Amino acid sequence: MYWAQVITYVSIIVAVIAMIAKVLRYLTAPESFRWELYPVPHEKGRAEYGGSYLEELDWWSKPRHSDWFKEISEMMQEIFLLKGVYHNNKKVWTFSLPFHLGCYLTIGWLLFLLLGGILETAGVAVGTGGNTFASVIHYLTIIFGYAGLVLAGVGALGLFAWRSSNKAQRRYNSPAEYINLLIFVAVVTVTLISQLGADPSFTTLRSYVGSLVTFGAAPPLGTLMTIEIVMISLLIMYVPLTRMSHFVAKYFLYHSVRWNDEPNERGSKLEKRLMELLDQKVGWSGDHIKTGEKWIDIVQETGNEQ
Amino acid sequence: MSSKDIKIKDFGKKTDKLYNLDLKNLPGLPYPYENWQDSPIPELSEIKRKGKNITLDGFLNIAVPEPETEEEKEAMVAKFLEGLRKLLSRENNWTFLKPLLLSLDNCVKCNTCSEACPIFEMSGGAEIYRPLFRSDVFRRIIKKHFSPGGKLTAKFTGADIDLNWDTIARLAQLAYRCNLCRRCAQTCPMGVDNGLIAREIRKLFSQELNIAPAELHGEGTVKQLDTGSSTGISPVALMDLMEFVEEDITDRTGLNIKIPFDKAGADILLIHNAGEFLSWPENIEAFAIIFELAGLSWTLSSEMVGYDSVNYGLFYDDVQLAKVTLRHAEVAKKLGVKKVVVGECGHAHKAIMTIGDRIWLGECNIPRESSMVTLEDLIVNEKIMVDPLRNDFPVTLHDPCNLTRSMGVIEPQRRVLKKICPQFREMTPHGVNNYCCGGGSGFAIMQSNNFPNWRYLVPGRKKFEQILKAFTREELSPDVHKYVCAPCSNCKGQIRDLLTYYDAWERAGIMYGGLVELVVNAMTDVREGFHEWDFH
Ligand code: SF4
Ligand code: SF4
Repeated sequence: MYWAQVITYVSIIVAVIAMIAKVLRYLTAPESFRWELYPVPHEKGRAEYGGSYLEELDWWSKPRHSDWFKEISEMMQEIFLLKGVYHNNKKVWTFSLPFHLGCYLTIGWLLFLLLGGILETAGVAVGTGGNTFASVIHYLTIIFGYAGLVLAGVGALGLFAWRSSNKAQRRYNSPAEYINLLIFVAVVTVTLISQLGADPSFTTLRSYVGSLVTFGAAPPLGTLMTIEIVMISLLIMYVPLTRMSHFVAKYFLYHSVRWNDEPNERGSKLEKRLMELLDQKVGWSGDHIKTGEKWIDIVQETGNEQ
Repeated sequence: MSSKDIKIKDFGKKTDKLYNLDLKNLPGLPYPYENWQDSPIPELSEIKRKGKNITLDGFLNIAVPEPETEEEKEAMVAKFLEGLRKLLSRENNWTFLKPLLLSLDNCVKCNTCSEACPIFEMSGGAEIYRPLFRSDVFRRIIKKHFSPGGKLTAKFTGADIDLNWDTIARLAQLAYRCNLCRRCAQTCPMGVDNGLIAREIRKLFSQELNIAPAELHGEGTVKQLDTGSSTGISPVALMDLMEFVEEDITDRTGLNIKIPFDKAGADILLIHNAGEFLSWPENIEAFAIIFELAGLSWTLSSEMVGYDSVNYGLFYDDVQLAKVTLRHAEVAKKLGVKKVVVGECGHAHKAIMTIGDRIWLGECNIPRESSMVTLEDLIVNEKIMVDPLRNDFPVTLHDPCNLTRSMGVIEPQRRVLKKICPQFREMTPHGVNNYCCGGGSGFAIMQSNNFPNWRYLVPGRKKFEQILKAFTREELSPDVHKYVCAPCSNCKGQIRDLLTYYDAWERAGIMYGGLVELVVNAMTDVREGFHEWDFH
């Protein structure tokens, strides 16, 4: 097997493991105390001003109306328009939006390459003319590829410039943050030069992806394209290992913390989980805590606190 | 070193005072305070300083003991790291692990939060008060000491911080330079909560190192659990106070009202912040008048802790938080009430209603409601009759952070005010985007040493600016009496102290009070003049 393929496989495997570990870190964290922050977008009729169902008289006896459409629309605006950044920090938004849109398009590009590769291994030629579906994939790959790479590169450069020119930014950003952005710029630049020079409609690259699917031999790649493929592969591995994959944490921050207003009801599953947590032992050693006893026993105990 | 030049790597430096709050750097105030001269910040006496580490900014609200020997200091550093390990573990910190990890992992250092923080803004941009500064000190310690290869890669990943005793002592103090108002979290594009991080730092110090402000711990939750209330009012003293309250109702209104206590099976257990009994009995009286005249079935409790809704554990310690809230639940369960109504206290709302939601389990899971909602029902649905012209003076509303940003109770209090105050106007911004009064997270009750000056000068200054801007130039004449409605006991305490410090009653005719006092002042079934323009 061609060594570049080995690098790509390893990168994908590491990336998948790292992403799963990241998701599990948050998914398996125990139920916490409620810590929502308003506005909560699914509060029907109240989200506009930040209200909650707690504004209702005898709220526990009434049905709670959740507006999931509003919540999804809010999420979409966050993901695709970076609404929060727009409202609170327009300067960052100017560079962050192209960077994020570029990344989304680039992910789309990789998926179209994969789809195209699968089609080709199934004997369907991907290109102009012939099968309509295959030619749509061909054009989408080109559009997503160039638009994504250019936007991500410009955005990364802009973010690099902004982080360098701003004193507060320089103070709090580690060398790693700057290098991460430069890595993006480098990968985008090499990819653009290599593709525009030798493979403008991504035909060879698609064959390479196809070879990964079939575990077959890679097509002949020039030196520059080999470098390009290695760089993209390493980037795929690197992103989940760094804070650049903050979208995972952001999802959990919004859904399990900021927007989590689920009340606990008697006899509910939530109550059962909470009872189990209260049954755990406390390890803190402050003087007011009986170390080693169960939460429930410590908090229930009455008597001299001193 | 200029305040703006302090870097995180300076945090552990040997110096008597890392940062000096210079009155010259504070932003000016609007009319009629353009020429206002702040009083000099009092220096702490040798006796007050003795044995304490006050090396952050010279203000004292948390007495961090200064170890005498290097060995003791090293032992404290080790204890801190042990606490940090527990803070990051599932078993010990199930209560907040998830939000903590998410906030630690997710910051992209964009500094959007700084603009939102009143403490950073009103200090004139002091670097150490930047929300990100505190969080990043903490993050760097974690990264350096708890991630594989952390020490080796420290320079590259930005974890270069010296973990010595001064770093730790200053971190404890810095955790108490945040109101936990969560305004920064609201604007953070990632959802990171710097307020939560500050609270978790406080918790580590309390739950592992026994370091917490006396007002919150010894004189706060411990006293409350021991004597029944952090004010020190025992159940017996409470009954004496109630006699005074009943007499005062008769003197002010001519009404004879017997305040119900421990009425088993009542519909409502009303629970007040006990600070009201001592400082603002008119608030207790007003609730009693409204509930009695509306014919509600209600009661107060004289059980230990049951007559004091405060729960300072919310600000610094999960164990104390859970202990106090469980006492509240047990009192409600024993009385067999249908619901608990929380009086005018923001943090008590949050502790009893949303935090309590994860502790009031099984039989103790008794419904809880905000008094803002109970009042709205009575007034908007005309179960009590009001004449708004009795409140025909300029009124503005302060939004307690816990009630609004953390719970989404925004409109009920506004609907009440719109019904009873013809000259009601909003502050800018308000509701869920409000600014903290500056007394949040327990600061309002910290009255000793030189700390009150800090809370008037820095976080409180933002609220004071907002209050001034809520009124026109003409209205700001001392002859026009104005009312800042603060439906929260702690906010009321802070606003009282602010108005006193800035001499605002004398200079600008600004008074403060709760919501129920305005309601009773407007009630047609009550003699006119319940509200008195008597600043106290
Ligand atoms: S906490 Fe949020 S707003 Fe503040 S620097 Fe981090 S990501 Fe930006
Ligand atoms: S919680 Fe409030 S006071 Fe604390 S850092 Fe955030 S905005 Fe500032």
